[in-house]
Amino acid sequence: MSVALQAKGLTKEFKGFVAVNKVDLTVEKGTIHALIGPNGAGKTTCFNLLTKFLQPTAGSITYDGRDITKMLPADIARLGMVRSFQISAVFPDLSVLQNVRVALQRRRGDSFDFWRSERELSRFDDEAQAHLDAVGLSEFTHHRAAELSYGRKRALEIATTLALDPEMLLLDEPMAGMGQEDVARTSQLIRRIAKNRTILMVEHNLKVVADLSDKITVLARGEILAEGDYATVSKSPEVVDAYIGAGHD
Amino acid sequence: MSATDTQPAPELHRPATQGMPMLHKAIFAALLVVLAVLPILVYPVFAMKVMCFALFAAAFNLLLGFGGLLSFGHAAYFGGASYVAAHASKVWGWSPELSILVGTLAAGILGLAIGALAIRRQGIYFAMVTLAFAQMVYFFALQAEFTGGEDGIQSVPRGSLFGLFPVDENEALYYLVLAITFGGILLLYRIVHSPFGQVLKAIRENEPRAVSLGYRVNRYKLTVFVLSATLAGLAGATKSQVFQLASLTDVHWSMSGEVVLMTLLGGVGTVFGPLLGATIVVTMQNYLASMGAWVTVIQGVIFVLGVLLFREGIIGVLSKWLKRPL
Repeated sequence: MSVALQAKGLTKEFKGFVAVNKVDLTVEKGTIHALIGPNGAGKTTCFNLLTKFLQPTAGSITYDGRDITKMLPADIARLGMVRSFQISAVFPDLSVLQNVRVALQRRRGDSFDFWRSERELSRFDDEAQAHLDAVGLSEFTHHRAAELSYGRKRALEIATTLALDPEMLLLDEPMAGMGQEDVARTSQLIRRIAKNRTILMVEHNLKVVADLSDKITVLARGEILAEGDYATVSKSPEVVDAYIGAGHD
Repeated sequence: MSATDTQPAPELHRPATQGMPMLHKAIFAALLVVLAVLPILVYPVFAMKVMCFALFAAAFNLLLGFGGLLSFGHAAYFGGASYVAAHASKVWGWSPELSILVGTLAAGILGLAIGALAIRRQGIYFAMVTLAFAQMVYFFALQAEFTGGEDGIQSVPRGSLFGLFPVDENEALYYLVLAITFGGILLLYRIVHSPFGQVLKAIRENEPRAVSLGYRVNRYKLTVFVLSATLAGLAGATKSQVFQLASLTDVHWSMSGEVVLMTLLGGVGTVFGPLLGATIVVTMQNYLASMGAWVTVIQGVIFVLGVLLFREGIIGVLSKWLKRPL
């Protein structure tokens, strides 16, 4: 299997504190890879490094064989690697349709044409609507995104991300703040979109991780503790120790 | 998903395919009619002053209301353009349209230089950087030879439009100013409702998300900064032709503050708010001028009341009542 995303010796220091220490990570194409670990393990920092929202102190990152260590986050997205956010990331004052359309609009390249009417964008309306239909938001097309419930905002976020048709998705705690019912629905959705894509996700919900992931990397204190499928990782004494240890802190 | 919000909410967003909504068309048409007959009712120079400041506030609103960037140095572009335009008319003897054009372009170039540095900072730091550069422009205007120091550039000739139509008379100049400012405001409307405007709103609403969708946000911020500075310059250059004067008042930091006041009072991020805000502030300054320093006090009181009672500005509140964007 070929490699989608690879990090070598990834390190991030904040004023003397080492948040991520020499992490080597390989995400293979077409797999669901989970990054787990107790609080403060450096998962989110690691995630932000991989998506270039943070610049690493040392180490290199390659995506699809290309060195992306020095790239801007917007350019990573243009290569087909799109991230989500922990808190629902919608554009609250835009309509639901406009939220998705902003993603589709990327296909025009840059939109610096301030002299053209926004009617120019209506050619994306049907496609945006199709993406909304797919996540069950058909009847909310012309509502402000801010008016949607939490679960629907997350659905809108997914529709927006899928509109870019990314090859690789990085999901930052996709189940955060969700009730049982929404977790089940989102799990299904992730499984569906993973069919022809690579997914790396940070997730707290171990049941979800066990269900979905092909491979799990466990982080603790900024370093890799264990790696493998759920059965292997869950039996590792270091992992058990780290989780119970963190519980007593 | 939860069933708590299934009742249909008011549809605040029209489908983009419809173009400018009827309400906005009607308001623009009514404005045009009123402005066309206004010189019969009020002193034309006063009306021209209002229009120039309305364009200035609308240009500022593009940056604050749609770019989400608070510049505290917009006097630099407004005043800078008025100096360049006044100089072109008086020293080079250029016709008004060319003077206004060169003043506007100068403001755009100044905006590009300052904006490129300022957009690297965010929030209050962005405001401080823009203020610092605007103060540099002020001291330049105070010290340089061609700006006339404390006196500014006075008795600027109005000349003839395209060298053919004299605009010495206030009535003639009025319609030129009307065409320029109204055109500028319509252009601003278009910018907000363009593919560019759409990305701009997305960045204002959620910048990290816009980045993750692949938008290089700094380029959009710089573009909107330059557009705003250019149109503020158009207002300033036009004003210099109206008053036949470029003075330190136009580049002073208090002018940067006044445009913030106008925009907030009328309603930031609305189409018509800045126009109303500018009208109120200029009218107040004009009719209360006899009260001297008290004008500032009254302005302050109005601003405080405005913030307390109409946090979203007069038009902003009205827009909420009517459940329509204005």
